[in-house]
Amino acid sequence: MASNQVAMSSKKRDSIIFKTVIYIVCIILALLSIWPFLNMLINSTRSTAEITSTSISLVPSKYMADNIKKLNKQNMFKPLVGLKNSFIISTCVTVLSVYFSCLTAYAIFAYQWKLKKAFFGLVVGVMMLPGTVTMIGFYRACYQFHLTNNKLMLILPSIAAPMTVFFMKQYLEGAVSLEIVESARIDGSGEFHTFNSIVLPIMKPAMATQAIFAFVGSWNNYFLPMILFNKAKNYTMPIMVSLLRMDQYKTEYGCVYIGLSMTALPLIIIYLFLSKYIVSGVALGSVKG
Amino acid sequence: MNKRKLVSYSKYGYIFAIPFIVAFAIFTLYPIIFTLIIGFTNHEGIVPPKLKLLKDPFENFKYLFKKRGSGKMSYFLLSLITTARLWVINFIPQLTLGLLLSAWFTDNRVKVKGQGFFKVVFYLPNIITAATVAIMFRALFGFPVGPINDLLKSLHLIKNPIEFLNKKATTRAIVEFVQCWQWYGSTMITLIAAVIGINPEIFEAAEIDGANRIQKFFRITLPSVRPIMLFTLVTSMIGGLSMFDIPYLLASGGPDNATQTIALFIYNNAFTQPYKYNRAAAASICLFIIIVILSVGLFYIMRDKDAAKMEKLRKQALKKGRV
Repeated sequence: MASNQVAMSSKKRDSIIFKTVIYIVCIILALLSIWPFLNMLINSTRSTAEITSTSISLVPSKYMADNIKKLNKQNMFKPLVGLKNSFIISTCVTVLSVYFSCLTAYAIFAYQWKLKKAFFGLVVGVMMLPGTVTMIGFYRACYQFHLTNNKLMLILPSIAAPMTVFFMKQYLEGAVSLEIVESARIDGSGEFHTFNSIVLPIMKPAMATQAIFAFVGSWNNYFLPMILFNKAKNYTMPIMVSLLRMDQYKTEYGCVYIGLSMTALPLIIIYLFLSKYIVSGVALGSVKG
Repeated sequence: MNKRKLVSYSKYGYIFAIPFIVAFAIFTLYPIIFTLIIGFTNHEGIVPPKLKLLKDPFENFKYLFKKRGSGKMSYFLLSLITTARLWVINFIPQLTLGLLLSAWFTDNRVKVKGQGFFKVVFYLPNIITAATVAIMFRALFGFPVGPINDLLKSLHLIKNPIEFLNKKATTRAIVEFVQCWQWYGSTMITLIAAVIGINPEIFEAAEIDGANRIQKFFRITLPSVRPIMLFTLVTSMIGGLSMFDIPYLLASGGPDNATQTIALFIYNNAFTQPYKYNRAAAASICLFIIIVILSVGLFYIMRDKDAAKMEKLRKQALKKGRV
């Protein structure tokens, strides 16, 4: 009895130690995730002189408006232009990629056609192909047809989004039964109409998840717009933020931090609202993939 | 009857797949073929001459692998090695952290509180634009004024500020850290989902048999999540092969090419003097071949899973038939 109690208490002590280690590691990692952003936000409210004396602070100052004014004076970093361009492109990309991925996935799921297997093989095969590989040919072709600086060149390719198609197909298999489609046919509904009015509503949850990732992915894309756009009026948000590397800002620390905050804050706020869906979306995508 | 119905509807399969096929042909297939062609031609300079096949069609490819003047490795091979190095050193801690955290968060004896909060916070860096993250870390490791220098000074670890981004080792370390920092949350969430998918009865049986935490981790968790780990590995590897934003915006591939990845090599050749589109195209094709090999590997991993599923269904159907 007594020895049993000793064993129990030692087990309990082990468990407490184990738990403490877990919490310490987690808190350190959480600080690592939060502190750089927090420090950035706080420094965006401090003057360059304050930052020069010490660039770490936990107390915001009152120079935010000043920093914004200075940033605007340089006349290069234009957050509103970047915001507008990024918003237009990302919204179109999201709508096109989600809708056409559903349609393509439905073509694979609902119909028996000869080249279906080969087609699905292609979708899986090119799923991982990064833009780096096609970039030179893509850029030179755009250049020859005078299509650089054309937003459509970033938007239209999203009609073929293999990753999203793959995800949608997996979802369709679990959520939609062909019997519903059959009964719609008996009711005289056309195939395209059936897809739009019956299948799409069932796919809403998957569409929402994929929409978030399509939007964020397009919003954060730096490589392709940077290569394609050389006119300042077309710059997207990531290109705007890359301007903060330039010499004009080398000693204007306040400007750099406010510029960074302007690009990060919208994403942080949206993330805080949608984090539940995003985190579960990451989990879903991976297990099914 | 049923079969005839299927046949009569099959044309819709093609019709609905048309938009994808057209967009894919124009925006992916055509650029790849064009890239391939450029790789064998004289397409270079700010206003490239008319596309013409080179006398030695493989000249650009040969150049990529040719040793530099002083017998040093070619810049292309160097960038391959740099890419592999940056990826491996970010992926090992990333996977280790992901596995550790997923084991902790799914341990049903030690119920970690605030899991939801931790998951959201660990994933946060992944959602922020890589360009913003790169410039933010540039500021963090700034010289002579920068939070990290100030932190180290206030802890009396250094006397004079360090020029982090002017040293090869520290710049590489920062790129590796940022990559790991941005991605371990994603890996963790993926692995947690995989661990949750394991049949809990297996864990219960192991507990009854007296298995401890470490045994359970190595004997049950690790083998069960292996397919997902492989998936993470391949996707991360292909992502790593096209690593651009962080090394470019943080250090412009420097100092002394220490962070020049393949993507940066391609970019620098094509978009800076003397605009060697052909050489960049040849490098893209080499990258493409590497990625195809990796993708084939991935395809096999996933196909096996589907095949296993089909097999299971077939057996179930047989069983039902017998009953």
